[in-house]
Amino acid sequence: MNSQRLLAFGLRFYIAVFFLYLFLPLLVMAAATFNDSRFPTITPWDGTTLRWFGELAADSGMWQALSNSLLVAVGVLCLAVPIGIATALFLNTVSSRAKPFIYALILSPLLTPGVIIGISTLIFWRQFGVSGGIFLTVLGQATFISAYVMLMVMARLQRFDRTMERAALDLGASQWQMFRRILLPYLKPAILSAAVIAFLQSFENYNTTLFVVGYDTTLTVYIASKVRTGLTPAVNALGLILILVTVVLAIAYEVKRRREQAAVAQSGQAMVLAESQEKA
Amino acid sequence: MFRQLSERFGRPVAMAILTLLGMWLMVMVTLPQLQMIDYSFRPNLLPAQLGGPEDVWTLSNYVTLFNNEIHRAIFFKTLWSSVLVTLLTLVVSYPLAYYLAKVATPRQAALCILLLIIPFWINEILRTYSWFIILAFRGPLNEILLALGLIDRPIRFLSGDGGVMVGMVYAYILFMVFPLYNAIESLDDNQIRAARDLGAGNVRTHWRIVIPHAKPGIATGCIMTFMLAAGSYAVPALLGSPGSRWFTQIIYNWFFEGGNWNQGAAYAFLLLVLCIGFMSLVMKFFKVGLGDIAK
Repeated sequence: MNSQRLLAFGLRFYIAVFFLYLFLPLLVMAAATFNDSRFPTITPWDGTTLRWFGELAADSGMWQALSNSLLVAVGVLCLAVPIGIATALFLNTVSSRAKPFIYALILSPLLTPGVIIGISTLIFWRQFGVSGGIFLTVLGQATFISAYVMLMVMARLQRFDRTMERAALDLGASQWQMFRRILLPYLKPAILSAAVIAFLQSFENYNTTLFVVGYDTTLTVYIASKVRTGLTPAVNALGLILILVTVVLAIAYEVKRRREQAAVAQSGQAMVLAESQEKA
Repeated sequence: MFRQLSERFGRPVAMAILTLLGMWLMVMVTLPQLQMIDYSFRPNLLPAQLGGPEDVWTLSNYVTLFNNEIHRAIFFKTLWSSVLVTLLTLVVSYPLAYYLAKVATPRQAALCILLLIIPFWINEILRTYSWFIILAFRGPLNEILLALGLIDRPIRFLSGDGGVMVGMVYAYILFMVFPLYNAIESLDDNQIRAARDLGAGNVRTHWRIVIPHAKPGIATGCIMTFMLAAGSYAVPALLGSPGSRWFTQIIYNWFFEGGNWNQGAAYAFLLLVLCIGFMSLVMKFFKVGLGDIAK
């Protein structure tokens, strides 16, 4: 039994070290933002300053890159969300001998390295005279982000009770009304989560973007180029801001999800309660 | 296919579904890949020569790679390093995934998963950049090692493959943890208890019960991690040096410095073949199908 306890302790210790490993680098990066040194580091500490935030705000290249990133992300959402929903509906409805092949094709962008998606997009559009830029970045990113949206919508669609669909049709709804009033509202939570994930995926993408972005710059491309040329702690200031936004978003998302779960559990309890009262 | 869709959703929606799916699979997925492969088998010609007598299929772009000793070496280094990154990530992730799935209370597990997701949402570039600061010549890691007296002069961590691999394990670990966690979580606790009651020790329980059950998760995690590592541009660009180039960097140079897209396409296609080869091998070894991977 003692060795079992030792093992459990070892596991806990390992978990603690793991989370330290996960967060320490980010904390070091954040701390370096406030160091009054020309090069981003925490050793030696040359005094505490906030000036790197000012320098960041004064950098017009950063603002341009940020607006490009947002533009690309919105474009990706407009493409990937409808494609992802359509694909999930297709897989959920159709049965055909060709389906395994189509399924493999649908999953292939998830298993292809991002650089290759970027390269093939760049080559394909060359014959139409389209060179790298915002437009190709949207297309390249949407190629694999659509598959993520499909997976998330599919997960919910598989739990859909198709008798609801039949009930709507039996009660005189048209197929369009059933689609619009029953199916889409049911899928809505999954579609919203998929949109959030798609937005983030687009915003943080680098490998695909690098090949299709041309002379434009997105925020990740901007950061990478800053790291290699003209690195100052202003990059850390940007990183810190992005991390804080991410943490707030992640926590808000999680809180919302848990509230929804709690609400479902509560309404379930209320139903059980009502039923037992009825019986009594 | 159209009949089944229109019976369920009506003609307009069915048409929209097929249009969107067809457009995606043809214009964005299939045709660009085929075009890339076609490019890789053609010589690099001036626009005026396109369609001329020299515009024929050839293996010359592939011959170039096999004749170039440096590129060949980088190709194999990328392969071995990516395998190593994948194995390291698996070893580091397994205890964590097991803890989350079977040891932690639901509350602890939920908190840990939230903590895991946060860095996952943060940009790959930023996560890599944070290691750039730590591993720098005059960075905190060297300062700590110097202060502890473990080394007497700073080490250039950023000039070999070591820094690149540390950065990759860090960047891609969550792609391993989550598939593993999902697979182990679906294992019935009673099976573990039964193994213990029948006298199996820890090692044997994991080897005979937990790991075989987690096979699809292990396969998925390995495939994703290998693909991300072999196809990574950000990590070697930030943490590597000219002496530790990655195959993706050679590809990039053919496109944007060498100006030879055909040569670049051939290299890119080889990278794709490498990833597909690794994937088929893993799927065969663990006896899992494509359906298991998408879960």
